[in-house]
Amino acid sequence: MKNIIKNRILKGIADIPIGRDAKEAEKLGEELKARILKRFGRSFHIREVDTGSCNGCESEIIATTNPIYDIQRFGIDFVASPRHADALLVTGPVSKNMALALRRTYDAMPEPKFVITLGDCALDSGAFKDSYYVAGGVKEVLPVDMHIPGCPPNPLTIIKSLLAFLDT
Amino acid sequence: MEYRDELYIDVKPEEFRSKCLELHKKLSSPVMMYFAVDERTEKKSFAVYCAFLDWADKRWVFVKMQLPEGQTRFESISKDVFSAALFEREMKEMFGLEPGGNPDLRRLHLHDEVWPEGFYPLRKDFIPPERAQRSDGAYRFKKVEGEGIFEVPVGPVHAGIIGPGHFRFSAAGEPVISLEARLGFTHRGVEKLFEKMPSAGSDDAVSFSERVSGDSAFAYSTAYCRGIEKIYGLRVPERAQYIRAIFLELERIYNHTNDIGGIAVDVGFTFPNAFASIMKENTLALNEKISGSRYLKGVNEVGGVSRDFGGSERKALLDHLDGISKDFRELKAILGSSISFMDRVDKTGILKKKTAVDLGIVGLAARASGIPMDLRKTFPGVYAEANFNLIREEDGDVLARLNVRLREFEESVRLIREFIRIMAPGDISAASKIEPKPGCGIGYAEGWRGPVLFWIKTDASGRIERCKIVDPSFHNWQGLCFAVLGNIIPDFPLCNKSFDLSYPGNDL
Repeated sequence: MKNIIKNRILKGIADIPIGRDAKEAEKLGEELKARILKRFGRSFHIREVDTGSCNGCESEIIATTNPIYDIQRFGIDFVASPRHADALLVTGPVSKNMALALRRTYDAMPEPKFVITLGDCALDSGAFKDSYYVAGGVKEVLPVDMHIPGCPPNPLTIIKSLLAFLDT
Repeated sequence: MEYRDELYIDVKPEEFRSKCLELHKKLSSPVMMYFAVDERTEKKSFAVYCAFLDWADKRWVFVKMQLPEGQTRFESISKDVFSAALFEREMKEMFGLEPGGNPDLRRLHLHDEVWPEGFYPLRKDFIPPERAQRSDGAYRFKKVEGEGIFEVPVGPVHAGIIGPGHFRFSAAGEPVISLEARLGFTHRGVEKLFEKMPSAGSDDAVSFSERVSGDSAFAYSTAYCRGIEKIYGLRVPERAQYIRAIFLELERIYNHTNDIGGIAVDVGFTFPNAFASIMKENTLALNEKISGSRYLKGVNEVGGVSRDFGGSERKALLDHLDGISKDFRELKAILGSSISFMDRVDKTGILKKKTAVDLGIVGLAARASGIPMDLRKTFPGVYAEANFNLIREEDGDVLARLNVRLREFEESVRLIREFIRIMAPGDISAASKIEPKPGCGIGYAEGWRGPVLFWIKTDASGRIERCKIVDPSFHNWQGLCFAVLGNIIPDFPLCNKSFDLSYPGNDL
């Protein structure tokens, strides 16, 4: 273990193909942090809810927390309970089975609260439009403050979009 | 229409059950697919198909019955073949067909809270209800009663960044006595949406198949394309088969790395997870570089692949494999040298071979319980050229599933290197020869979780009449419910991660 950590420190962790992205993430992140400080005090907490996504969006959200992007160092955290959240991040078209759970998660959040949708399905149910079991996009159920487009949006897009959101 | 790897046995409704039982015993195969087709416009009745896998003769065996006109009841086989149970529940809610004698006909995907009685989405004459409405029945969980027994309901919204599902534990003190998973929360009506596709051979249909289960996008599009190619009689060029195999293994690599890290983090060992997530991210970045998509979308098309694999891609891939293999050795060493980690995963969440066989567990989880089952072995194709080794563990615990992943990772790296060495230049697609034909057939691929199956029926105009999808998770969620028994509730996330099943693939 000691050896591995030493290796990592000496060699660095970012591999070649993502080195460029990592730098960009760093730059964006610093701006992000400054804005969070200004608008939310110290940190911005997000509760994620999947209402019928294919898990592609989840994979990319999780990727923003990996050591390469490491969104947490800029003050953004994904929390386990809606009670701790400033914003709700929703992925997927809203399956009829999830409409109530989504609503209840939103109701459990303290004010002020925001809703961010992520991925094409969450906007207008994307590829699942016209299905008998889709209640529509998230905006049919909750007031939506921002949308992050993509199928799925990559981690940098997610970070950039959050930055833009905190700018408004 | 006859294919080498499919056999259809037409039987009368009264012989259906005995034929299924006979094949189940003779082939020692679980029910792999079991579904209905609404043929009331052509034949005035419903048809029911039940598919088994014949390992020895390397083919799928379908038992087919045509129900008499106006009849919706048939004899259930679930009491004798447990792996048929969920499929019968599905037929009941989707088609309104009554498997007589099945004791459990609760709805799976169409929850009673939001879907009224009498609306069967996969019937051809289905008209959706005008507004959301409850059904008269309510979903009843199984109840464990006795002194000191308590229930712990969890979900549908979980604490992590993960799909929705409801789990109900019954426990007395620490150990779990019973776990029931109620899923279906991400049901989106995928099978019906396939029927609305204007053309089965189009890129739209392929790209829709990639959106069913995002972490298996490539396995899904491969299985879908293979099904259509078979019906249309398209010969996929050899080079395209190699490219598909390479991407299928890459998908396995990034998901296995993710899960190896996930298992570590679920016992509170975060360092290997950070390490593995870098490996995953690097693989996703590589995917983007060589295929244009982090999740390998847009590569497959009906007839082959849309992108060739040039010199620069080849170099990038080989360099990546060298790098990731080195990282992998470190990751493996970190895990193996931690006694507290090994102690947590060893003998936790055991799924016995007997239970796995009875439940019809497939894929990775089956191989970890000692069942030598892998479509890459049964239907090797280009895998035969690379001398594919089937990975199997005996113990069926979390450690066994971890070991299958670790060993499959190494095998996948080896396979990709072999494929690159063997594959010759040539055509990559027969898409120009697409000509719609009526017919039906099964398309399949061994994804990283297990076999992804598409049974497709097309009509003469090129539309899809019926598309039945079976994700390995559909069988394996039940495996999880049995594996956690006797374990403590805090070990549930660990057991869950060791299966890492798909919500969207199961719920469709």
